[in-house]
Parts: sequence; C-alpha cells; structure tokens
Amino acid sequence: MSAVAMARDVKSKLSKNLMRMKFMQRGLDSETKKQLEEEEKKIISKEHWFLDLPELKEKESFIIEERSFLPCEDLLYGRMSFKGFNPEVEKLMIQMNSRYKTEEIEEEDNAMEADVSDEEMARRYETLVGTIGKKFLKKRDRRALQGTDEAQNSNHGPSKAKKMFLKPQD
Amino acid sequence: MAAAAPRLAEERVGQVVLPGDVLLLPSQPEEDGERLRLAPSGPQKGRLVCGPGLRRGGEGLLVTKCGLLRYRGPAGQAGGGTGSGSGGTYWVDSQQKRYVPVKGDHVIGIVTVKAGDIFKLDVGGSEQASLSYLAFEGATKRNRPNVQVGDLIYGQFIVANKDMEPEMVCIDSSGRANGMGIIGQDGFLFKVSLGLIRKLLAPACEIIQDLGQLYPFELVLGMNGRIWVKAKTIQQTLIVANILEACEHMTAEQRKHAVARLSES
Repeated sequence: MSAVAMARDVKSKLSKNLMRMKFMQRGLDSETKKQLEEEEKKIISKEHWFLDLPELKEKESFIIEERSFLPCEDLLYGRMSFKGFNPEVEKLMIQMNSRYKTEEIEEEDNAMEADVSDEEMARRYETLVGTIGKKFLKKRDRRALQGTDEAQNSNHGPSKAKKMFLKPQD
Repeated sequence: MAAAAPRLAEERVGQVVLPGDVLLLPSQPEEDGERLRLAPSGPQKGRLVCGPGLRRGGEGLLVTKCGLLRYRGPAGQAGGGTGSGSGGTYWVDSQQKRYVPVKGDHVIGIVTVKAGDIFKLDVGGSEQASLSYLAFEGATKRNRPNVQVGDLIYGQFIVANKDMEPEMVCIDSSGRANGMGIIGQDGFLFKVSLGLIRKLLAPACEIIQDLGQLYPFELVLGMNGRIWVKAKTIQQTLIVANILEACEHMTAEQRKHAVARLSES
C-alpha cells in the first residue's frame, strides 16, 4: 500500500514541464491530460494582448451618404441641342433623358415591335420548319423527298435518266 | 437660436439650415412610442439617403452646408414634410461657387498638361483632375486621341474623394462615349454658380425650354458650373450666354421679356 502511494507521490512530483513532453503523455490518464491542456491554454491566452475597453456597440445605420446631386434632383444629361443644331446630341438627349419620360419609351417600344409583325414572324417560321427539318434528314430520305416533289411538280416523264458510263464512239 | 436646438428633419424641410445644425430622424429612440414600434419595419421599406450638405451624425443628420433643406420621398414623388422616416432623400440646396469633385458628376474640364499617358484637366476644383489617354472611346495604345492643351473635355469622375487626386473618364462602363469627349473647337465657355447649373439641368426647366424655342444652338452643362454654348453665329452664341448668365436672379416674367428683347435685336 504505502509503496504504491509513494510511487504516486513521486509521479505527481515530476515537474510539469517534464509531463508536457511527448513521450510522457502516453502513460497519462485523461484527467491529468485535460488539466495540462487547460494550463497550457491559460498561458497562451495570458500572453495575448487585448485592449481594456468597453465593447463597441456597432449600431446598424440605415442612412446612406450620397455626395452627388444627381440622384437627389433627377438632373438631366448635360449635353443639349435645340432645333436640330447637332442631331447626334439630340438623339443622345432622348436616349439619356428617357428614364424621366416613361410614356415615350413605351411608345418607342411599340414602334419597335411593329417592325416585325406577328404574322410575318409566323410566316418566316413556317418556311424555316422545312429548311431546318431538311438538316436532320438522312441523305437517302432527302433524295426520296426530292423525288416525290419532282414527281408531283413535273409529270413529263422521268427527267432524271440513270447516269451510266457512256462508251465513246470510235 | 433655432440652430442650437436639434429638431426633426421633416419639420425643417424647405427652411434654411446652417452648418452645425442637427436634424433628428423619426426612428430615433427619443421619439414617442408609436414611432418606436414602427421603427423595425421602417428601414426595410427604403433606406434614408442623406445627400450633399448633410452628414451622418450621432443622433441623426448633421448639416455641413448652409442652404435650404430639401426632401424627396422614396418613390420619387416630392413629399415635403410627410416623410415617415422610412427612406427618402434629404439634401441641402446650397448656392456655392466652388466646385468639389463628386464621383459620377459630368463636368467640363480644360486640358492644361499633356504628360505622357495622362492629361491634366482643370475642372475648377482644388486639384487638377487626371484623365488617361485610354479613357476615350475607341482609344488604344496605338490609336491615341487627339487632345491638345487648351481643349475642352466633357467627362465623368470615376475617382473623387478628399484624399485622392480626382480621375476622369470619357467613356461609360460599357466603353461608349455617350456624348463625352472633346467638345468642338469653337463655341463659348463661361462659368456660373453651381446652383444655377442644377436649376438648368432640372427636368422641367423653363429657362432651357424658352431658349430652345429661339433658334438652333447647342449647350453643354458641366456640374462644375461651366457652360459651353455654340450657335450658328457669334452673336447668337453670345445672346444665349448672356441670358443664361443673367437668368439666375430673374423672375419668369423678367426672363421672358429679356428673351423677347434679345431675340428681336
């Protein structure tokens, strides 16, 4: 009994620095391991510097600072031309100042849509179906299709004679 | 003194404010309970913008310029005084002559130095603005823009703050000039106050509309107070310039008289 107790005392008397060494940690039980780790952490955190200040209360600000008058007053574009002095600038004026005249924009949009009417679009696509469809046909099918077309279009006999080698006349 | 006591911002809309005035905002904790309850839902609707002449202060907005306090509602309509603290824009409408570069402003600059890769432009601010030779439409390292000292350039600030040299460009984000670049050789440049420029650039400006009926002419307005005018003859150019210069403190009637008289002669 007493010998065992003695051994424990000896063990605990080993210096902490020695216990921290890698080869000593194999034999340690979990409790002493934890203790050692905590101590180590304490030492590390003590070495860290920190400012002894009250915590900063960062209030979220809902105010945006804006240094320009432009978004405040809805100012127009700075280049102007009147009565056709500079047609380029007059075009620009309409373009740049259009956000204040939404009605005008809508009208323009309608005009743009009128460029290609729905009917025209449909007609265009109708013919497109055929052309694009051709692309996906095999060569043989295509020929067959052409053949039937021709048969329908021209009923004046077989227009396409089978090509063959013609022996030249001596 | 009215300036000493902080008052609600919406009460002072349309009144004269002085530097140092503090404007309180409705969503402040000092206000009554009803407003307090509304406060959490307020900011979601729209953030408050404090425009030129105002700064974020401890309790609300701090005035840094003297002038009239203006307010515009969040949806764009002018809701003077009815602002509920849920967004909108406050700013000070001041009458100053000294231009301070602001990012995004379109200004007229005068080329003073041609130094290698950059041009230096006098824009009327405390420091000259720099303009890269590549910041023109279609400019490349080989294809330099033809800019001479003394040319007028209409451009936009992309860098403008109190610590750095302002920088200008003559193209927008998609690389197009959109009317920026060198302004034509002739024409007439003069300077007016910054307040007048904003008055002229307002969407429904009667002065511009009246002048537009007279005869063909072209106008470039820089936010730095510079105006460039060009008409078919020198006389017509000078008439437009004189009207624009004089109209700042004229009533609508006086202006109409002046326009009529000048267009006759």
